Amino acid sequence: MSITIRYFASLREQVGRGEDILDAGDATTVGEAWKHLHGADMPPRVLAAVNQEYVAGDHVLADGDEVAFFPPVTGG
Amino acid sequence: MTRIQHGRTLVRLEETHFEPWSELAAFERAAALDDGKTGAASVFVGTMRDFNAGDDVEQLFLEHYPGMTERELEHIAAEALERWPVNAALIVHRVGLIRPGDPIVLTAAWSAHRGAAFEACRHLIEALKHRAPFWKREDLRDGSQRWVAENTPA
Repeated sequence: MSITIRYFASLREQVGRGEDILDAGDATTVGEAWKHLHGADMPPRVLAAVNQEYVAGDHVLADGDEVAFFPPVTGG
Repeated sequence: MTRIQHGRTLVRLEETHFEPWSELAAFERAAALDDGKTGAASVFVGTMRDFNAGDDVEQLFLEHYPGMTERELEHIAAEALERWPVNAALIVHRVGLIRPGDPIVLTAAWSAHRGAAFEACRHLIEALKHRAPFWKREDLRDGSQRWVAENTPA
């Protein structure tokens, strides 16, 4: 039972690593996953995706999910 | 290079320099847009500037989220075809190291009439800027490096 957490761009540099692995029992939602790993609420500017689709912080996690956290996007 | 084509939409990431105008010509041929049904094409090309927020920029690194980027661009192209009477939509975007003057992004929409073509093309670039997971890191002429915090409003 594990969930892969990925970080991108400036957020990856702030966190100091590109990836975390979380035991699925440690968190039931995306917001709780952030809190478990970083000891605080998910900052409002941080965006989240699960399995490569945008989600809100209350999105419920399932075993094997890939969660991504990243800063506002700046393409184009 | 990732290339995803569904009927008359094409979404592509380029790791090296691309020529927007040859891309357009190639896509028009591939999608048979000379069939007499298409009266208007609207095109946006975004090119790297050598200045940003008052500073001289030497080069740009474009990071993205492989997989999600292509998926999000596909959503955006599909939306354009759902919302407007559009015959075809094209999105090409650079990733990796980019120099001033290099094209970064190409969006284009084809329709029977100009209104839908303009609006759909605008949707492609605006939705891309808000939703597609790309991030720009700038190398400034003074040797420092910074992430672009957010896109300009227009």
